[in-house]
Amino acid sequence: MSESALYQRLAESLGLQGLQEEDLGTVKALVVPAASWSAAAQWLQQQGFAMLVELGAADYSKHPLPHPGRFAVAAHLMALPGFERACLKAYLPAESPALSSLCGLFAAANWYEREAWDMFGIDFKGHPELKRILMYEGFEGHPLRKDYPLGRMQPLIPMREAVDYELVRQAARRAEGGA
Amino acid sequence: MTDPVLDDAVLTTQLDKVVAWGRKYSLFNYPFVTACCGMEFMASSASHYDTDRFGAIFPRFSPRQSDLLMVVGTINHKLAPALKRVYDQMCEPKWVVAFGVCATSGGFYQNYATVPGIDTIIPVDMYIPGCPPRPETIIDALVKLQARIQGLRQSLV
Repeated sequence: MSESALYQRLAESLGLQGLQEEDLGTVKALVVPAASWSAAAQWLQQQGFAMLVELGAADYSKHPLPHPGRFAVAAHLMALPGFERACLKAYLPAESPALSSLCGLFAAANWYEREAWDMFGIDFKGHPELKRILMYEGFEGHPLRKDYPLGRMQPLIPMREAVDYELVRQAARRAEGGA
Repeated sequence: MTDPVLDDAVLTTQLDKVVAWGRKYSLFNYPFVTACCGMEFMASSASHYDTDRFGAIFPRFSPRQSDLLMVVGTINHKLAPALKRVYDQMCEPKWVVAFGVCATSGGFYQNYATVPGIDTIIPVDMYIPGCPPRPETIIDALVKLQARIQGLRQSLV
């Protein structure tokens, strides 16, 4: 793939050494240190990668294979004239994961970063308005973290008692004059 | 039943029965449509299946003018207060239909976001399972609901 040559130039320009690449199938991702996150994105933008296609997060705490950190954030970029793809990935520790925001470079990063904060609790430093985007105010925790209990609900209004359908069937049989 | 004096110029009946007859053939529904079941709801309301020929399913987009709440699609916890508010704004007598498996029981969603069946929020009269239900199922539920309304004691206040 042609991304490797691009990533080599990126590492040389930023003075980074020993960076790993991950093959994501359709594109190779360059794993950058969290401290170089926005510098690497800015460098790619200057090379013509003008469009932020996707920014997402993942929690690897229950993944069968070892990873350099519990959380990962990946940003997919695209250079529009030739539709070349590039991907940056950063691993973050379990305790207070934080990255610098890409909002200053790509306006599209705003909502993506709010979603990553909402679902995974990743703090994007320098984001203009980092608040929940999908869940409601007052929701506790970050639901896509692997340690969020499956099925834990936080209803906004009190829930009614569940209906016992066996009692309903018994009442219907009595009303029909049966046993 | 014809009256012996007035012959067949006048029909006598019970008030309950005639009020029920009027109510069951003039169900004005409020479509609370949130998800993909809405497409099936539109298909069954449109001319091919035409639920309007049962004298029902004429959509009113104000809860104050409707007496049948059709909850069509997935309801999540963020939306639940709005659903409860719509239900509370409807005048008595009112009926609720849970349309599709998500509204009936939450379906395959068992997570932080989805209400496990709208009967945990508001009382439900008729459940239509299916993902999405066929229009025949909807018509079947509608006719069953009309039969139930006919059998009720009709409160006039």
